[in-house]
Parts: sequence; structure tokens; C-alpha cells
Amino acid sequence: MTTVTNQSKAHSGLGTEQLLSMYRQMVTIRLFEEQVNELYTRALMPGLAHLYIGEEAVAVGICAALHRDDYITSTHRGHGHCLAKGAAPDRMFAELLGKEAGYCRGKGGSMHIADPTSGNLGANAIVGGSMGIAAGAAFSAKNLGTKRVAVCFFGEGALGQGLLYEVMNLARLWDLPVIYVCENNLYNEYTHFSETTAGDILARPAAFGIPAESVDGQDVRAVYATARRLVDAARSGKGPAFLLCNTYRYRGHHVGDVNREYYRPKQEEQRWMTERDPIKLFGDWLIGQNLANKAQFDEILLQVKSEIEAAVEFGIKAAYPGTDQVEENIYA
Amino acid sequence: MPEVTVREMTLGEAVREALAEEMRRDPRVCILGEDVAEAGTPFKVLSGLVQEFGKTRVIDTPISEAGFTGIAVGAAMTGLRPVVDIMFGDFITLTMDQMVNQAAKVHYMSGGAWKVPMVMRATLGAGRRSGAQHSQSLHAWFSHIPGLKVVLPSTPYDAKGLMKTAIRDDNPVIFFEDKMMFTFKGPVPTEEYTIPFGVADIKREGDDITIVATSSMVQVALGAASLLEGIGISAEVIDPRTTWPLDEKTLIESAKKTSRAIVVDEGYERYGVTAEIASVIATGAFYDLDAPVKRIGAMHVPIPFSSPLEDATIPSEHTVFEAARAMCKRS
Ligand SMILES: Cc1ncc(C[n+]2csc(CCOP(=O)(O)OP(=O)(O)O)c2C)c(N)n1
Repeated sequence: MTTVTNQSKAHSGLGTEQLLSMYRQMVTIRLFEEQVNELYTRALMPGLAHLYIGEEAVAVGICAALHRDDYITSTHRGHGHCLAKGAAPDRMFAELLGKEAGYCRGKGGSMHIADPTSGNLGANAIVGGSMGIAAGAAFSAKNLGTKRVAVCFFGEGALGQGLLYEVMNLARLWDLPVIYVCENNLYNEYTHFSETTAGDILARPAAFGIPAESVDGQDVRAVYATARRLVDAARSGKGPAFLLCNTYRYRGHHVGDVNREYYRPKQEEQRWMTERDPIKLFGDWLIGQNLANKAQFDEILLQVKSEIEAAVEFGIKAAYPGTDQVEENIYA
Repeated sequence: MPEVTVREMTLGEAVREALAEEMRRDPRVCILGEDVAEAGTPFKVLSGLVQEFGKTRVIDTPISEAGFTGIAVGAAMTGLRPVVDIMFGDFITLTMDQMVNQAAKVHYMSGGAWKVPMVMRATLGAGRRSGAQHSQSLHAWFSHIPGLKVVLPSTPYDAKGLMKTAIRDDNPVIFFEDKMMFTFKGPVPTEEYTIPFGVADIKREGDDITIVATSSMVQVALGAASLLEGIGISAEVIDPRTTWPLDEKTLIESAKKTSRAIVVDEGYERYGVTAEIASVIATGAFYDLDAPVKRIGAMHVPIPFSSPLEDATIPSEHTVFEAARAMCKRS
């Protein structure tokens, strides 16, 4: 039941155009997050921001295996999931800045981006809070025969929440098309996961009879190939799956977490950034396979840069919601 | 005009009939909970539903209140209209994150993009000698949360009409049924009807004092009103039926008319539903009141097992009668 997929071998059935679009998405997430950091340091962005930089291959690889109307639930570190699932950077920035043009009319913010048009059931600021919601979306997909699949993204810190074990049991019993995607970036906030996680992570879903695999979360092709298999199985009625993606966040737990040496060494960060960067690994592979060249990457970078700049500007210029809206949307 | 036929049925039967009718009307309605299918719940409220609607719509779950409540939230967002069954209201504590941080906030946090049309059925009420973890009335907790609606039926008629409204509502609704009233009988018309939320019902008209009572306490208040009539006090008994939305206007108007008000609720008195309603009345009817609004709720103790002790913790006809008599200054 428990297998390890280290490297994807082939193109995983993806055409060059799709591969380049995945590359572009990863760059988009990277630049989006760098902008968030910039906004935050310039004191233009209120609240908290948990950056996804370093983990881009997970969201992009998983979402590439999903249809637009498939569901995801996301986390406090959710910008990457939302973008990869199809949210537009301009309305994302507007939301992050609390503007009416944002996905949630400014009422959600960074940790609560939700978008029915891309199947995004919402990011959640309760660690593990959306595990039941994802299973519920899979429940209705099964019940209504829509053939949709739900993906629940969560960090390895959420393995400590009991809800996961209740809903994995239910998802297996009822064969729900839900994929639990655990992003192990090694740290629950400021604590190494080995200090909070007993035993073998994959043995937990396996105990419920849920197929559980782990994958190199820095290798977008491997993530995609594994996700594709699990998603197809779920879609064809085989029930839930669990995918552990081994990854790393380059930045702090949130943008204000700058001095990190008390919980992780600088050399470790350096190693991941130079040796395991998902965008570089994917780019090198694309060039090695003659599927792209440096000039194309420069072009993509330029385009994404200007798209992100325009998106930030949209967000900054957008209007705040009127205070008359404060009591709107409490009830449907 | 079609002829209105009225039958006597129990509160439990009225809830079941509402669920069955709504499940026939709308295939998206399904029930999730522990022992809801063949067992029909320990209170037998759901007996027969699995036979009619099958196991894909009346679904037995593991003993995982947070898990199946979370599933209901997600299912409600994506096209179903689930009704979850929380056997004993005391167990809502296990669902708190799903209800308070998820269900209640999804619509608002998403700027109106997602909706959560679900119902949670739970029980309340002491008096069954069930001890401290099976006897509480915790409806104040949910009444405190914006984004949730809270329903407290006190008669079979109200239970049926309010349950149908709850299922059709596009918001998370918590529907509390008093365990001791499942066998309480009352008239229910055969014809289709619903009861809107936020509309109080005057269960008995009167002039000298207003007794606002919820759920299990409505019969207690009506009993007290009969005793009061014996000493020449005319009591008006009002049942808000939903603690949120709350029909403030009817409560205030009655208090203005009678100039005295008592609020009776089976939840803990301290920081409870009685405090909120008393405040609404005190503020809205201040210049017409002859006495401070009196609150009567459960004593601030874990509900004890021993019969005489348990009975002492819960408002009774006698305590309400005595309080009203004192307020009206009769001996
Ligand atoms: C229920 C709950 N407990 C605690 C927190 C505070 N908190 C926010 S993020 C976090 C760590 C989460 O770690 P992990 O799930 O691994 O995600 P990561 O931040 O690494 O992406 C904690 C403890 C919370 N938001 N919710």
C-alpha cells in the first residue's frame, strides 16, 4: 500500500505547452509571493502573510491533475493553491489588501481566499480545519454523481489534529473521492515536525486502508504524475488517497519571522534553495529535454513580472468596501 | 378552501414528518448521524426514514461528531442539504470548530460566494436522570455566533413548521429538541405549512405579567400561568421560537403592555439566553416597566444525577409561579 515515487521518468503524458504553462504558474506563484513580501515590508499589507515560496511544485503539480470544477481546500499558506487552481492574481491582491474587488469582497483576506468559479472551497486559518469540508465536497460529488474530486491541502502540522483521523475513516468507509495532500515543509511554525510527529506518517492513512504515497515535492513532474494517478483512481470510484509531498518553505513561517536560526540553520535553507529549487529543477529538465530554452524562460519571467505588477497596482488602486457592507453576507 | 384536517401527534413524530416531507420534496436533503438509520436514533425520532429513503440518504456514521459535521459543511457548500443528528446536545462541544469557525463563517468570509445550507439537530433538557454530560441545554453557545440560526420548538406544531423552514434555509441552522418532549402531543394539520424564523408566538394572552419561555420551559410557563390565574394574575406567555433571529418587537410590546416580565430558559442562567432577552426587554420597554426583568434559568452547577438534586437545578412551575407572584406583589 505504501510506495515511494522518487522521480518521474517520462513527460507524464504532458505536452510541451502544458509543461511550459506549469513552469509559468510556478513562476507566477513565486513572484506573487515576493510581491506579498514586498507589500508587507512596505507596510502596505495588513495582517499576516504565510509565503508559499519553495513549495510551488506541490500546488502546481497537484492542480495540473485536476479539472477546473474539481474542489480544493487550502490553508493559511494558501496563495499558491489558489493561484494554481485558477484564481487571478489581481483579485487575489485585492483580497489581500482588503478591497471590495477581492475574491471575498475584502472580508476574507490572505488566509481565507475562496472562489467557487475555480472550485476553491476556501483557505482555512484553523490548522486542519478544512479536512471535513473537503470530504464533504467529495461526499456530494459522489452522491450527485458529478465525478468531481476534492483535494485537501494541509501542512504536516495538521497531522496533530484528530479531525483528520475521523474523516479518513469516513472517507474510506464511504469511498469518497478525496485526496489528502500533506505538504511536509519540515516545520510546524517554529518546531521541527520530528518533535511533534510520532511514527511513520504514511502508516496513518495506511491504517485506514487508504493508499498512501510520498513524493519529492520539489519535482513538479513527479508530483503531477503521482497526483494524476491518484486523482484518476478517485474519479473512477476507487475512493480516497493520501499523498505526502516532501518540500521546504524558504521564508519564515510568516513574513515577520525573520530571525529563524533558533529553529533552523541558515545552511539548511541555503541547501534547499540552491540544490532543491523546484523552478530551477524543472527549468533545467525542460532545457535538457530540448523542450524550452533560456530565452523562453526570460520571456516568461518578463511577462509574469508585468502581470504581477499590474495585479498589485489593481489591488492597491481598488476601493475599500463601504462600511455599509459590514453586515452583509452574514446570512445567505 | 381545502378542508384543514388536524391530527394529534407527538413532537418526535412531527419532526419526523417534517423531515420525511422535505426529503420527498427535495432529493438533496440527507441525514447523517450516529444510529440514525435502522435504529432511528435512541429517541426513535427517525424511525422508518431509512426504509423510505434508503441508506444513501439516511446515513449511519461512526462516532465522529466533528468528522461528520465537517462533511456536512462541505456537502452543503457543494450541492446537498444535509441534516446532521447530534444525539445529545452535550456533544455539540465536539463539533464546535466545524460549526463556529467553519459553517458560521464561510458565507461571510467568502464575501457571499459560498453558502452552507445545513441543519444540525441536537437535543437539550434535563430531567432524565442522565447526569452532567447528557442533560445540558447549550443553545446559548450557538445563539452567540453570527452566521448561525437557532431554533427551539416547544410544540409538535411548531416543531414541524420550523423544521421545514430550517431545511429550506440557506444558512446553518441548529434545531434543538427537548428530549423530555419527544412524546408530548399536540395538534398538527395534515396540510403543508411552514413557520418563519424570528416570529414569536403568544402561547397564552394575559395582562398583568409577561413570561417569555423557550422550548421545554413553555409548558412550565403555561403551568405557572394557570396557577397564577387561580390567584387573579393574568399572565401572558410568549415563546420566541428562535433565539436567533429574535423577535424583539413582540417581546418588547408584550412587556410594555403588562409592565412586568420574567424570562425562563433551561440553559444555565449565568451569561445565558435569559440574560440576552432580559436585556432586550429592559432596553426596549424601560419606561413601561414596573419592576426589573426577572431571569430564571438552570442553576450554575453541573446537572446532578440524583433526582431531588437534578430537579432543584431546573426551573419549575412553582419557581416561575412564585417569582411572578412576588413581582405582582400578591401574597
Ligand atoms: C487549530 C489551530 N491551532 C494553532 C494554530 C496556529 N498556527 C498557525 S499555522 C501553525 C503551524 C502549522 O504548521 P503546518 O500545518 O505544518 O503548516 P505550515 O505553516 O508549515 O505550512 C500553527 C500552529 C492555528 N491556526 N489553528
